[in-house]
Amino acid sequence: MTGTELSLVVSVFLACAVEAVEAFTIVLAMGSTRGWRSPLLGAGLAGIVLAALVATLGPALTVLPLAVLRLVVGGLLLVFGLQWLRKAILRAGGAKTLHDEELIFAREAGAAERVASAPAEGVDSYAFVIAFKAVLLEGLEVAFIALTFGANQKDVPLAAVAATAAVLAVVLIGFMVRGPLARVPENAMKFTVGVLLTSFGVFWGVEGAGASWPGGEAALPVLAVAILAAAWLMVLDLRRGRRLVLTTGGG
Amino acid sequence: MAGRFAAAVWEFVVGDDWRVALGTVLTLGATALIAAAGLPAWWLAPVAVLAVLYRSVRRAAAQAPAEP
Repeated sequence: MTGTELSLVVSVFLACAVEAVEAFTIVLAMGSTRGWRSPLLGAGLAGIVLAALVATLGPALTVLPLAVLRLVVGGLLLVFGLQWLRKAILRAGGAKTLHDEELIFAREAGAAERVASAPAEGVDSYAFVIAFKAVLLEGLEVAFIALTFGANQKDVPLAAVAATAAVLAVVLIGFMVRGPLARVPENAMKFTVGVLLTSFGVFWGVEGAGASWPGGEAALPVLAVAILAAAWLMVLDLRRGRRLVLTTGGG
Repeated sequence: MAGRFAAAVWEFVVGDDWRVALGTVLTLGATALIAAAGLPAWWLAPVAVLAVLYRSVRRAAAQAPAEP
């Protein structure tokens, strides 16, 4: 496995695991308050829609000329990567609250209990729709990351395998823990994914725009280290700024 | 229906800060122009992207309430 393929697997696996943890919390809240059949049906249907999306768009993307693919995909990866990195920096710097799976579980379970109780027979539409939406919305971005990354590497199946492995790992651990996966270091994973997507986005975007990197592919790890260092400096800058605000009591 | 779909696509691609998406497009466009002129252009994107990210983070932090 080459370094780029390894980066593809790590990026898609981590991105998918983070989103799967968030979707799992909501499906778990529905299942434990309203029964398992309907939320599992909703989650399963959303999984089929996502798989169909990847299977349909994947081959279509790989027939684009490489320069066009790299420019468009590089740009998209860059936009997605910057969104992930921005949120991770704000959370690590204390400017945005960390994702709290236990709090989300309690909120979703509370809301599910306030709705009219699940029917004894047939599908519970509330649990079905909530689980379907959670899995589809959390999975959509990961599907696009897997597609764009995989298409650029001409290896959509490898990206699909990494995504499936992440979902299976989260589901397996979730059913062993039988509770929200609150101890997963979600922000560190998001930070890593953000750095990787931004690095690949810059690298491929620049190549797609017609420029070439000094040292060719050797520039990629240098770029990743530089982006990681810059992102970490932004976290330190935020933390220092917030400490100053707190000690002076100013805004 | 079409409006809601467009809003969902906008939210999905552009996210919380439209300036980041615009900055990305402008950066890649400028890189293409410099490269087409036969000049070295690889340096622009890393610098510009990090500058856009820093500005966006600072803006969001300035709007966030201070936490004890």
